[in-house]
Amino acid sequence: MPLSDPDSLSAPLPEAFSRWFARRGWSPRAHQLALLTKARANRSALLIAPTGAGKTLAGFLPTLVELSGMSPKTRTTPLPPRSAGEKAGGLHTLYISPLKALAVDIARNLETPVAEMGLPIRVETRTGDTPASRRQRQRRYPPDIMLTTPEQLALLLASDDAPYLFASLRRIVLDELHALVTSKRGDLLSLGLSRLWTIAPQVRAIGLSATVAEPESLARFLVPQIISPPSAKRRGGVGGGGLFSGDGVDVRNAASPHPRPLPATQGRGGRGEDAAPSEEENPAADIVVAGGAAAPVVEMLDTRERLPWAGHSARHALGEIYDLIKRNKTTLVFVNTRSQAEMLFQDLWRMNDDNLAIALHHGSLDVGQRRKVEDAMTAGKLRGVVCTSSLDLGVDWGDVDLVVNIGAPKGSSRLMQRIGRANHRLDEASRAVLVPANRFEVLECRVAIDAVNENAQDTPPLRPGALDVLAQHVLGCACGEPFLAEDLYAEVKTAAPYADLSRADFDDVVDFVATGGYALKSYERFARIKQDKQGRWRVANPKVRQSYRLNVGTIVEESMLKVRLVRSRRGGSGSTGTVARGGRMLGQIEEYFIEGLVVGDTFVFGGEIVRYEALVEDEVYVSRANDADAKVPSYMGGKFPLSTYLAERVRLLLADQRAWKGLPDQVREWLSLQSYRSRVPGAREMVVETFPRADKHYLVCYPFEGRLAHQTLGMLLTRRLERARVRPLGFVANEYALAVWALGDMSAMIRQGRLNLATLFDPDMLGDDLEAWLAESALMKRTFRNCAIISGLIPRRFTGEEKSRRQVLFSTDLVYDVLRKHQPDHVLLRAARADAATGLLDLRRLSDMLARIAGRITHKELDRISPLAVPVMLEIGREAVYGEASDELLAEAAEDLVREATGT
Amino acid sequence: MPDTRPGMTGHFSTVTISGVSFTADLSGALYWDDEHLLVVSDLHLEKGSSFAMRGVLLPPHDTTETLARLDTVIARYQPRAVIALGDSFHDREAHDRLSVAHRATLATLQAGRDWIWIVGNHDPDLPRNLGGSIASDVGIGPVVFRHEPTGAAGEIAGHLHPKARVSRRGRSVERRCFASDGERAIMPAFGAYTGGLSIRDLAFAAIFKSLEFTAHVLGDSRMHAIAAARCS
Repeated sequence: MPLSDPDSLSAPLPEAFSRWFARRGWSPRAHQLALLTKARANRSALLIAPTGAGKTLAGFLPTLVELSGMSPKTRTTPLPPRSAGEKAGGLHTLYISPLKALAVDIARNLETPVAEMGLPIRVETRTGDTPASRRQRQRRYPPDIMLTTPEQLALLLASDDAPYLFASLRRIVLDELHALVTSKRGDLLSLGLSRLWTIAPQVRAIGLSATVAEPESLARFLVPQIISPPSAKRRGGVGGGGLFSGDGVDVRNAASPHPRPLPATQGRGGRGEDAAPSEEENPAADIVVAGGAAAPVVEMLDTRERLPWAGHSARHALGEIYDLIKRNKTTLVFVNTRSQAEMLFQDLWRMNDDNLAIALHHGSLDVGQRRKVEDAMTAGKLRGVVCTSSLDLGVDWGDVDLVVNIGAPKGSSRLMQRIGRANHRLDEASRAVLVPANRFEVLECRVAIDAVNENAQDTPPLRPGALDVLAQHVLGCACGEPFLAEDLYAEVKTAAPYADLSRADFDDVVDFVATGGYALKSYERFARIKQDKQGRWRVANPKVRQSYRLNVGTIVEESMLKVRLVRSRRGGSGSTGTVARGGRMLGQIEEYFIEGLVVGDTFVFGGEIVRYEALVEDEVYVSRANDADAKVPSYMGGKFPLSTYLAERVRLLLADQRAWKGLPDQVREWLSLQSYRSRVPGAREMVVETFPRADKHYLVCYPFEGRLAHQTLGMLLTRRLERARVRPLGFVANEYALAVWALGDMSAMIRQGRLNLATLFDPDMLGDDLEAWLAESALMKRTFRNCAIISGLIPRRFTGEEKSRRQVLFSTDLVYDVLRKHQPDHVLLRAARADAATGLLDLRRLSDMLARIAGRITHKELDRISPLAVPVMLEIGREAVYGEASDELLAEAAEDLVREATGT
Repeated sequence: MPDTRPGMTGHFSTVTISGVSFTADLSGALYWDDEHLLVVSDLHLEKGSSFAMRGVLLPPHDTTETLARLDTVIARYQPRAVIALGDSFHDREAHDRLSVAHRATLATLQAGRDWIWIVGNHDPDLPRNLGGSIASDVGIGPVVFRHEPTGAAGEIAGHLHPKARVSRRGRSVERRCFASDGERAIMPAFGAYTGGLSIRDLAFAAIFKSLEFTAHVLGDSRMHAIAAARCS
């Protein structure tokens, strides 16, 4: 076997470990040994491995081996003892997981090898639930291995004894790294790493990840990025050496050995002479890929039923889904939204004549209820679980033998990760069945299956670090040892997401943290952080520190209300009647959803249809409704839009008639009818159809860019149509298409040259029109609110008080309006705009699309709706209609008064 | 009803209180045509800096914005007198924090007209040097202006910051409003940072004794009269 790194064989497992593996009837896997080799060579490494590959053990093996070879005495790190004699060993390994529950489970799993090999290792978790006494003790007597979350790491770092706690650290294990890096939590974690690299320059990282599109950029996350101009010198790594593969492992040496960007001084590094980093650009950890996993077997449900034109419920296939659960031992049924999960769960139980143990799991169910389902699952007591992305991550369950994915897969990597949940043994193929809920989803499922078979990944590229998260970090740093701005700037740039951060942006953030960063320099005396005589920043007073601790983290919860089941009151309107109190708690629901309801409206929650009775304090009272259908839909779109990659493949599939033969008959006929009646869009073309229907005129286009980008497009198009005197009335968007309706005859106007499609879809809509819309967009205001909370401008506890008192101390919407008007370039608005580019407004995708279709718009004037337009047109009435001006809604309510007064 | 007077781009609606007809302006101000009197409530000037003192660094531009809005509405109606209906300043020291420029703006607005500061719970003892006069309440004909509502007939008050929410088809719109039953009225807050309290809160029930009142809602480009019972 050609091995460039002989160490991997010459440095086998210590005796105790070999025996332990043997006793369990296991042999260490190639990637587990590869990580050990990397660790011995003092390298950081990224392990790419599917579920069930023994990822966790691989991540901890270097730590366990290292610690097993040390006696507690030799482990004592030579630190200036804070209070003499208190510290026994020092923290050796820090494990960070995105889920609190996962950290707890991993700790439990680690106990087994530690106990069975009799290793002298103390393993402890530290989460939000850890009692204060234990936290205190952990600071004084750190365990050897601490398992925690990014938020807890930030809290530990924001204290002046952080250097004491972390100086001995040798290893960081980052679990589910692929999931962490796609969010602001990843930014926070990267900044935490940058601190640790300064405090403990000897530390090495191991990242554990599912397969991603660009492992190289993920590998950069694990090592400090270079901060000064790179010099040409390239060092051959100790553990370096090309690429070897074989025995199911593929180890790529991605870059240099671990660079050391800052001098190894105690605590915060200055930029000493000896700092001069001399590695090449973009340092990255080595990549280890676990091989040997059997390719998954994925098929699309070939339904005997008629395929719906629209909708997301997949009710047509209920019987077939039920049969799948019945025929398998344990099935995970994934859906895209909570309300779909509710609906499906309810439907399955309606037909559950065999009394199969089918459970429900989603993020807004009561935590206790969720734990119960998870425990029943672990105990093998369940036949099926209907779940959302709430089960995308987490500990492996032994015996899941089938994954069913209802509706659109959205992205191929996401789908592969879900399928991996069925992978109970690495060498057995996972089995999955995709159930498209409508005809467009058939296309999406088809291309997703192709992508899985090609192992094509479409995880998003690494995000640039957000400025609001940086602001939180800067404040956290000021809570610890005082710092000089230039030192912290250099340190922050070692974090991969912030490698390109400009000094101007950094200074703006520091200014913001200190005095708000306002043009009016009136807050100097209220500064939260201040500079001492040496120019070092520190918190101005202990209250600031306390406020930081209460507000750490990047997850901004949607404002939630508790849902309680009560007896129906019926009759009478308004909220002054009495409602029986003290019913069963069903879970929590977003406040904004309830705000859209009037008393008597029905919706699906907790697996049943309920009637909205009253809002009392922060509790929503609902009663059981006997209606067959809920009055108010709560689809709200999925959390994740269709990936650009799958959208591209759907367009290619549509454009290639020969490829249609792989599609079900119903879908092929649908597409053939479309090419006969109108036109099937080409790969880069955008087809725009106009047609009359009833007394209105419709425009339907097919950008395939996901619901969020389409909604934004809809808002901007209706503005332009308004100006062109087309009198638009509303629009509705789905993942593939957008439909706008108006009073004006758009067909005639296009024919007569009074409406120009090229102008209508001109990318310049992203200029003034966008600016004007952003001023009032509720989505933009929500984005700003999140930035304001994360950056520490608005304390979280204020939002908590709002809820219980039902009276707002101040509204971030008003702050947004004022700031936007008086200081439009404020750093927080910049942060919010950056979020809008990829977040709720998906501006980047919209702008790419407009560029793509420029000069490639084909107009079809039709006398009636086309087959391709049916799905999106059917969403009208089911979906919340956007583009409806607030004044219209208010006017409608005002009409009621007139009717009442005139008795009509 | 669109206004036809020159310079008027907004809309207004007419609200009758104890037989007196007022113009409820889209800005949240109330105008008494016959008396040439403009009333604004709950300016909460320097609310931003008030929070900043306590470590929440809200943008300091709120006073600039509130005074600019006041300037616009005064320019539109050219009133002979202005009543600031209490809580004009967010806290007891807020007037001390007014910048020199803001004091000058205020003086310009006050020039050539009567100006009455009615005290509120946030600004119970205003200094004399703010220009205008200071009062706890003002009675004119059948109407009395005071900060905190008591529910008396003919009373026009502020303090509660009324707002109304209308929900339809799973969507909702929430805006500031005047609340009135024809005998008494509660004005919306005028300040740039002032949020609101739902008119369905018990505080309003205590004043109006029933849901038989109307919310004159400040829409985006016009006023809407909506029955309180229709709001949430």
